[in-house]
Amino acid sequence: MAVSETIGALPGMGTKLQVEKLYVAFARDNKTIPVLQDINLGVSAGQFVCVVGPSGCGKSTLLNVMGGFLTPTSGSVKIDGEVVRGPDPRRVFVFQERGVFPWLTVEGNIGFGLFKLPAAERKQRIAHYIEMVGLQGFEEAYPSELSGGMKQRLEVARALAVNPDMLYLDEPFGALDSITRHIMRGELLRIWEAERKTIVFVTHDIDEAVQLADRVVVLSARPAVVQEIVNIDIAHPREISSPRYLELRDGILQQIGLACKI
Amino acid sequence: MKLTARLRPIAFIAVLLVAWQVAVSRHPAYILPGPWGVIGGIVDLVRHGFLVKYVVASLFRVTWGFSLAAVLAIPLGLTIGWYRRAEMALNPLVQVFRPISPLAWIPLAILWFGVGDASSIFLIFLGCFFPLLLTSINAVRNIPSVYINAGRNFGLGPADLIYRVFYPAVVPQLLVGLRITLGVAWLVVVAAEMIAVDSGLGFLIVDARNAGNRYDLVLAGMVIIGLIGLLLDTAMRSLEKIRSLRWAYSED
Repeated sequence: MAVSETIGALPGMGTKLQVEKLYVAFARDNKTIPVLQDINLGVSAGQFVCVVGPSGCGKSTLLNVMGGFLTPTSGSVKIDGEVVRGPDPRRVFVFQERGVFPWLTVEGNIGFGLFKLPAAERKQRIAHYIEMVGLQGFEEAYPSELSGGMKQRLEVARALAVNPDMLYLDEPFGALDSITRHIMRGELLRIWEAERKTIVFVTHDIDEAVQLADRVVVLSARPAVVQEIVNIDIAHPREISSPRYLELRDGILQQIGLACKI
Repeated sequence: MKLTARLRPIAFIAVLLVAWQVAVSRHPAYILPGPWGVIGGIVDLVRHGFLVKYVVASLFRVTWGFSLAAVLAIPLGLTIGWYRRAEMALNPLVQVFRPISPLAWIPLAILWFGVGDASSIFLIFLGCFFPLLLTSINAVRNIPSVYINAGRNFGLGPADLIYRVFYPAVVPQLLVGLRITLGVAWLVVVAAEMIAVDSGLGFLIVDARNAGNRYDLVLAGMVIIGLIGLLLDTAMRSLEKIRSLRWAYSED
């Protein structure tokens, strides 16, 4: 079983994101419920990391802390050595396709974060990202006129348009049908290879994680700890029926405590 | 095909009017004026200059009562909706006041404001205030948190967040609330004018009865109230057709 024991970032690359001794607890009915317990994790610049774990284990909580939407009970998240204290346009969150603003057109959505740019540059950026995600011809369309996959692409484009260093994706393809999901994974990889953002991608779909990530972080059930970090040492494009792919995937399934048979 | 679909309701109304006229002319006892009599009543009102005068009087009161309520209830409701604690503190009070019909306030309105415009404006205000307050509170609470989070993520400060996320997210619900409330205002003005003033369409109806059993004028008043109510609703509805707002009324 070739699973990595590394907790920190891969050697030789700059550490982009460093999670140290992270502890998050929620108060509910006068009780303290620990959600994340002593999470330590490093992500190198340009790396694609997937976080998987059982439902309700705190994957999204971890992402929300990384994104600055949630303050940890103790411990810290550092980006480029700086402690995260709130949301920041340098690292953009992609929600499920529900995050696009329904009152803005495709152009309006992509240009949403570009309010500080001069008009000409804004226009050019919008056009660039419309093309990148293949929404030409829909510039004036409202999200309600788009399909689920198009809305998701729109949201990715809106995030990329502000040229962030990092993208956080919270089960972005969870609401899409399996064919669209498959296409979207390919699109995301293509965009990632073109732009080389650092990506943290939360999913409950282990196949998705093994298809996309450089490294897969496996969280345990709540209160979550990092159970395992698996390096996916297969080059893209990945053969999803290769022995190595299946070996890695089954290894993660076992980690989570699932049998490989139904 | 489309034309016949449009003509159908008109034809139906025409048939009803004919049936009404026939029924009235064959019935010996006078319990209802016929459509012809009602038209005569409207012509009478126009000729004496009462129609325009009374419509203007009623619309004047509705405009003031409705606008005052909107100007006060919407900002208050949006603020209360945003601060959960304020909502918890004020909710019981709102829930007690809300079911009290504005008409129950008529004695107090006359005591405080006398007979005249002010008391009917006050009653319309009361009829609009609570529904608008609740609509605004709910509009804020229904904003999906992802919109707020996305706005913050793109580096919006508080003022931009209000203008670019908060405001567009609540406007569609507020418009629906305003449309329904304007309908309420139009109901309340008629009742208020029957008691608290000496002009307007509500006054016309009571006065026509009291001053000589002119039931043709009573019905003329009712028809005009109905038509103006329809016009007000159509005007408000047309706001919902604005393209950047349509998202809220079509999908999910």
